[in-house]
Amino acid sequence: MPTKRSIYLDYAASTPTDPQVVEAMLPYFTDIYGNASGAHAQARASAQAIDDARHSVAAVLGCDPEEIVFTACGTEADNLAIRGVAWAKKQLGEGNHLITTPIEHHAVSHTFNQLCERFGFEQTIVPVDSHGVVDPHAIAAAIRPETTLISVMYANNEVGSVQPIADIGALARSRGIAFHTDAVQAAGYESLSVNSLNVDLLAISGHKIYAPKGIGILYVRRGTNLLPTLTGGGHEMNRRPGTENVPYIVGIAKALELVERKRDTENLRQRELRDKLIDGVLNNIPGSQVTGHPTRRLPNSASFVFSGCEADPILMHLDLAGIQAASGSACTTGNPEPSHVLTAMGIPHELGLSALRMSVGRQTREADIDAVLEILPDVIEKVRQLNPTYQMMS
Amino acid sequence: MNDVKLMSENNNSSKRVIVAMSGGVDSSVAAALLVEQGYEVVGLMLRLWAEQGGAANRCCTPDAVNDARRVANVLGIPFYVRDYKQVFKSTVVDFFIDGYARGVTPNPCIVCNRDIRFDRLLKEALSLGGDYLATGHYARVRTATDGTYQLLRGLDPTKDQSYMLYTMTQDRLARLLFPVGEHSKSDIRQMAQDKNLPVFNRPDSQDLCFLGPGDYRSFLQRNAPEVVQSGPILDTAGNQIGEHRGLAFYTIGQRKGLGLSAPQPMYVVEKIVQTNSLVVGTQADLGQSRLTARQVSYVSGQPLLEPIRIKAKIRYKAKETEATLTPLAEQRASLIFDQPVRDITPGQAVVFYQDDIALGGGTIEQTAG
Repeated sequence: MPTKRSIYLDYAASTPTDPQVVEAMLPYFTDIYGNASGAHAQARASAQAIDDARHSVAAVLGCDPEEIVFTACGTEADNLAIRGVAWAKKQLGEGNHLITTPIEHHAVSHTFNQLCERFGFEQTIVPVDSHGVVDPHAIAAAIRPETTLISVMYANNEVGSVQPIADIGALARSRGIAFHTDAVQAAGYESLSVNSLNVDLLAISGHKIYAPKGIGILYVRRGTNLLPTLTGGGHEMNRRPGTENVPYIVGIAKALELVERKRDTENLRQRELRDKLIDGVLNNIPGSQVTGHPTRRLPNSASFVFSGCEADPILMHLDLAGIQAASGSACTTGNPEPSHVLTAMGIPHELGLSALRMSVGRQTREADIDAVLEILPDVIEKVRQLNPTYQMMS
Repeated sequence: MNDVKLMSENNNSSKRVIVAMSGGVDSSVAAALLVEQGYEVVGLMLRLWAEQGGAANRCCTPDAVNDARRVANVLGIPFYVRDYKQVFKSTVVDFFIDGYARGVTPNPCIVCNRDIRFDRLLKEALSLGGDYLATGHYARVRTATDGTYQLLRGLDPTKDQSYMLYTMTQDRLARLLFPVGEHSKSDIRQMAQDKNLPVFNRPDSQDLCFLGPGDYRSFLQRNAPEVVQSGPILDTAGNQIGEHRGLAFYTIGQRKGLGLSAPQPMYVVEKIVQTNSLVVGTQADLGQSRLTARQVSYVSGQPLLEPIRIKAKIRYKAKETEATLTPLAEQRASLIFDQPVRDITPGQAVVFYQDDIALGGGTIEQTAG
């Protein structure tokens, strides 16, 4: 299959591993391979690498190294935070009520749902506004005496809206409630300073920040009571057993250090490209609108809906033209349904099925945006022509 | 492959073909053959509405999607899945249920080909920049000397699916490729194996793709119980001689399962939906010499002006019979058979052939002795 070109606009789904990260990881496959728990030179070398990585991550988050737990992915970090705190506090008799939002990633929402449907927890899902942003006052109003945990994602993965995390964190702290944020999408773009954010638990995934897939981080504030979800050895200070994945731990630490170093310049550069993309779409495609917050959104995230369109054919057209983007609808099991995020934002069902997300990243150049803007209006028009209802409307 | 469309590899490489893949052997080999012929091939699978719990080899189950995706990976072609559930349900499945409600025996595959595969999907394929849409049907397309497209039987007589494609028109045939129609089923299986396609030993699909457990009767009981009401069994003189379980359970010509104790074998000869009656008769009552068909269409696009001699197929698996086809007003036609034909069933398609060419067809409306 001759591929004419490849324009990757799905950085929100995953990123290429930074060559510097690969380089940092490589010695830990074949040269330094000892089990960090051992008492010999190989083991010490591995333990040293993990320790350095932990310090490096802690420096970015502004916390103590002991507050960093390495996990196998972002989903595991979210699970450990939510299950760990919910169960620990329930056993202490502090309560069984949890608060979250309707726009969370399934790693969070399905964990909450299972706790409630199978294990007797209760949850309040606080609505978001039409920009996909939650109001801290609404969170405050949902708090009960038996509330033990609040979980609000830092930035939404589909529409990019950034949540008022520091405000919610201050509120949670004043009421003695643990506060978790899924920062998987925000990492690399927003500040991860856990003290300014007032968070007790914060989850990061490696492959969204130019580290490989299969590695995550959970920040756990000192003093936070956490029941481990895995049982085994005493790794990660008894919070996450399992032989440490040394090369990947080295990799995510290196990646986090690099994204943090480049954050200001990349944010500026990517925001410019993203704005050009959004303006170009809105100016050249009738019936298009941006989803998510117009300004308080991740600098790399552009998300749209188009009247009279289905997302899948848009993605097929783009892919055949070498442009890789994502839809906002989940059709893994059957009937196409708009994403829970768009539904929570009050976007009508039909419109929600047309969601297109394009997310720029480090390798994106202005020529890529120009190419997309040249093709997309025609693609949308073609897809609309196939829609009998749209033809009747126009 | 027909002469016009089979060009040198260099010419084909600038042509994009969208292949409708099902995860089965035929469409997988169709895609492989097109890749070999040098086309730019894109795999597309439709997700169609189906009841839960059907046969494992059915189209568009998660397993079938994975099979098709694996084939696409082996061939190195892009692969997409499109959700056509809603339109398939409202177009094909509802038509199927409505047919039984009207007392006829519908053929949903023909409607799927006419309104889904070779209409909506074809338009989508062209919209995607496709020059052609290809499927794994056992049929052939040929360009006649006058430049018109002809629909031909597949070369394997046991697999020929031209019957299911009689609604094809010139516009559509110009854009269709049926790569497996030139081969026998056993050759296609062998090719699948030779090409290491991971589906070579997948069993053929047997029944309608949207049925859950059991056959169409249990499907109707679950999905349209109002269609299967018990009622009287009458003889040809109008006397009640038994009770039936619902008209949909019986087909014209059926002998078994009537629950009658008659001195001679009895056969279903008619369904009267107005009175929910099933009429049975003896073997002598079975043969019919003529039928009328409605919604008659011709592949050539030219309406028939005078009677012609044809061979008619009154069911997908029926033997062909000699007949005279006479055009009638309002897209109707009458057929007079040389010999009486058994089991002519309203709702089924009748397809007209001359030699290997499928000329067209229509929906059987009425029969007469």
